[in-house]
Amino acid sequence: MTALELAHRIKTRQVSAEETILQALQDAKHSSDLNIFLHISETAILEARAIDVSIAKGETVGALAGVPVALKDNLCVRGTRTTAGSKMLEDFVSPYTGTAVQKLLNAGAISIGKVNLDEFGMGSSGENSAFGATKNPWDTSRVPGGSSSGSAASVAAGIVPIALGTDTGGSLRLPAAFTGTLGMKPTYGRVSRYGVVSYASSLDQVGAIARSSHDLAVTMQTICGHDPKDATSLEQENTFTVALERDIRDLRVGIVKEAVGAGNSSGVLGALEAVKTQLEQLGATLTEISLPSLETCLATYYLIACPEASSNLARYDGMIYSHRGNFSGDINETMMKARGEGFGAEVKRRILMGTYALSSGYYDAYYSKALKARTLIAREFAKAFENVDVLLMPTAPSAAFKIGEKSDDPVSMYLTDVDTVAVNLAGLPAISVPFGFEDARGAYNPSLGLPVGVQFIAPALQDERLITVTHALERATNAMFLKTATSS
Amino acid sequence: MSSGFETVCGLEIHIQLSTRSKMFSSVDANYFSDAPNSHTDPFTLGLPGTLPTINKAAVEDGMMFGLALNCDVSGFTQFHRKNYFYPDSPHNYQISQYDRPIARDGWLEVNGKRIGITRAHLENDAGKLMHPNGENFSLVDLNRAGCCLIEMVTEPDITDGEQAKAFLQKVQAIAQALGISDARPEEGKMRCDVNVSVRRPGEAFGTKVEVKNLNSFRSVGKSLEYEVERQIRLINVGGRVTQDTMGWDEGGQKTFVMRTKEGEADYRYFPDPDLPPLEIDEAWIEAVRVKMPRLPDAKKADYVTRGLKENDAETLSLNMQLSKFFEAALETYRGEAQTVANWLNGDVSGWLNANELEIQDSKLSPENLSSLIGLIDAGTISGKIAKDLLPDVMQGAIPVQLVKERGLEQTTDVGEIEAAILEVMNVSPDVVENAKKNPKAINALFGPIMKALGGKAKPDLVRELLNRALGLS
Repeated sequence: MTALELAHRIKTRQVSAEETILQALQDAKHSSDLNIFLHISETAILEARAIDVSIAKGETVGALAGVPVALKDNLCVRGTRTTAGSKMLEDFVSPYTGTAVQKLLNAGAISIGKVNLDEFGMGSSGENSAFGATKNPWDTSRVPGGSSSGSAASVAAGIVPIALGTDTGGSLRLPAAFTGTLGMKPTYGRVSRYGVVSYASSLDQVGAIARSSHDLAVTMQTICGHDPKDATSLEQENTFTVALERDIRDLRVGIVKEAVGAGNSSGVLGALEAVKTQLEQLGATLTEISLPSLETCLATYYLIACPEASSNLARYDGMIYSHRGNFSGDINETMMKARGEGFGAEVKRRILMGTYALSSGYYDAYYSKALKARTLIAREFAKAFENVDVLLMPTAPSAAFKIGEKSDDPVSMYLTDVDTVAVNLAGLPAISVPFGFEDARGAYNPSLGLPVGVQFIAPALQDERLITVTHALERATNAMFLKTATSS
Repeated sequence: MSSGFETVCGLEIHIQLSTRSKMFSSVDANYFSDAPNSHTDPFTLGLPGTLPTINKAAVEDGMMFGLALNCDVSGFTQFHRKNYFYPDSPHNYQISQYDRPIARDGWLEVNGKRIGITRAHLENDAGKLMHPNGENFSLVDLNRAGCCLIEMVTEPDITDGEQAKAFLQKVQAIAQALGISDARPEEGKMRCDVNVSVRRPGEAFGTKVEVKNLNSFRSVGKSLEYEVERQIRLINVGGRVTQDTMGWDEGGQKTFVMRTKEGEADYRYFPDPDLPPLEIDEAWIEAVRVKMPRLPDAKKADYVTRGLKENDAETLSLNMQLSKFFEAALETYRGEAQTVANWLNGDVSGWLNANELEIQDSKLSPENLSSLIGLIDAGTISGKIAKDLLPDVMQGAIPVQLVKERGLEQTTDVGEIEAAILEVMNVSPDVVENAKKNPKAINALFGPIMKALGGKAKPDLVRELLNRALGLS
């Protein structure tokens, strides 16, 4: 059931919010083999009862009243642990709630818990968590994709209809593609980052995972908006629900030449062909577009994300609230030991790379050059959008891979993000839409196998256009690709 | 300089702004005498997910300061992160400015010489570490962490300690006049580092030494003079100055090495991705400019046109509170402005210094000072009596009441004065004879007569009656 259907039934008292939340909590507990939830809410039932009381009294309730949601554990919620998947923050209880979460809660949504992620958002598979790897509900021997692994898995498993996550280099879209869900990363600045545990500030953006374009539209309508607490947030009117009603006749779709070649699995290529056919049937026109700088994006991404991370994560030093360990010694020794013990291997690798790239003598060669490359890719996108309304390319070159398959090879793991990082560098909105499956022989299959996704990218601030495209496809396919893992 | 060397000195000055909230968060910045760590919020503590937002009042303070220092404040200004690990800064980076400071390329004139201002930038302050005696732990107070600081850097245009002190006084006066800071070194609200080297005229710059954390203008002057002497002595015996960071030993009145160049950190400056560049356009600059109060130089010029001597005008204009007081006193005083200046720069300042007070901390009101001087002008009391009354007036007494209570009005009773004259003439007949021949000797009689009258007689009248008694008029 979608969030909006649930909300309607709760509002019309066909079912109580309490029953709904109880069910979600039970589903969460039964999913423990997937290692999705790091923390289950103890107050969710009370919040549900309060909503039932409001409804009984005839009071106005929010659009998502009583709807269970899951929150990536790098989103701060007052009075709950916010670990960011790290031992470093194992015992950190946030004294405040971030803006995006607060807005969702204000709309009546009820958080049933905080979900797993790659430590500080650093990972493409969901394996880099201090609390163990998240598993893919479609095939528990496979990764769900990361870093919003728990967000995608909780929606794919049918536990919640909506989950919030963050996307720094593909962290919502990649897990969405691997779990057959919708994953949207809005334009940089449309959702406040206040209350998001920073990984790379100039790339991080809050977004959502859902299984219906209506749910996604309502979520975006709810969480987007200017926030005086985030200096990078933008003023822009939200028209997501209106966008659902538009069609895509004459929509100009640009196929990104550099991204649709032989590097992709046949399942992914099959999904691309299928979606192209569908788009044309709906009246859209397809053209080929070239983004020559795309191949530099992965290097550029790591040369910007890691330096920012090296500085953002400096605050975790064991002094005030972060992991300290049982050490004594002088200040430097204490900090070093706390950081040595509190951070996982991938986090340390990125801090080291970032520190190096910012060091005197290397700054110009790495960080400064990456900033220039970033400007270049943003310009290429802007130029492409002079001729097309949206861009189409894969979300990832393959379907979900096996747990452990890439753990010993960081570079091959980084390559998982090859199709997603450019969007973050350019600050653009993008969405991953599931469009079929890859079967056991690796071939495209419209109904069986592992989900594969395609990615649509819109110009800055045209996030609503992605909802229009997604909804048109969803309607045309009878939502056949938007089922839960358990119902397949 | 007779040594054959010239001094090359530049200053780095930190001024703590008196903004209501901190530089990048809304927590109350006025922590003075409050319990440790009571002025913190999630951002100050560096909690995950918190973000900085720029304090607009601090930016405008920076703009005003820049404009007052004849700097360019237009265009984009940007914040960078200065990365280093230390527990007085929970983020382990300071948000500061690097290649786009709020103010650039200015100057300030001191005693007829222009000192170049390289830049002034905004940043956040660190907290305070405390090391309890005999304990094996340290404590951190983060009340100051995140407070607004302006750091300004001068060109190496300063040539001696006196000039450095005069420059600092002027900067302090500007900060106070703008109302952006108390700029009191003794409270740590104005701190100074001195960069100093020596060279023979015409030669390239010598190796510079930095003397850090000077907390009085006096120690800036002293440490500068000490360093110059040390460096010249070193070079003269064939030694080489090394690029060290020094401290100032107040007790021993000498510099000491704090750390050597090799220990210098790589701060990995990069633009703070949480804070987009800020554009300062002409309209904003104008809006700030019209809000700017009068600066010391303008005040001084105004005082001179009101008839003040150059040095009195200078002294008053450099002291924010004194100049405010001066201007207020002139509102009610009808005589010469110079007379008020004489009192303020003379007896009033003397009393304040002796009592270690600033004018605003005393109970002297502009009205009472004006009234005290007015009583002299009206002939009600003598200048001497007025000076005697000052300590009481400084402590809040009202001059008119004092004079009335103590019966200090000047006597104009001719009979009483003539009686006193006769009395004094009778006891010193030889002085009288002398005075009759030599008018200058009259003072030998005048003094004792005034004394006999308790100082309350009007001097002109006494003189007139005495002359008549001596048959001189």
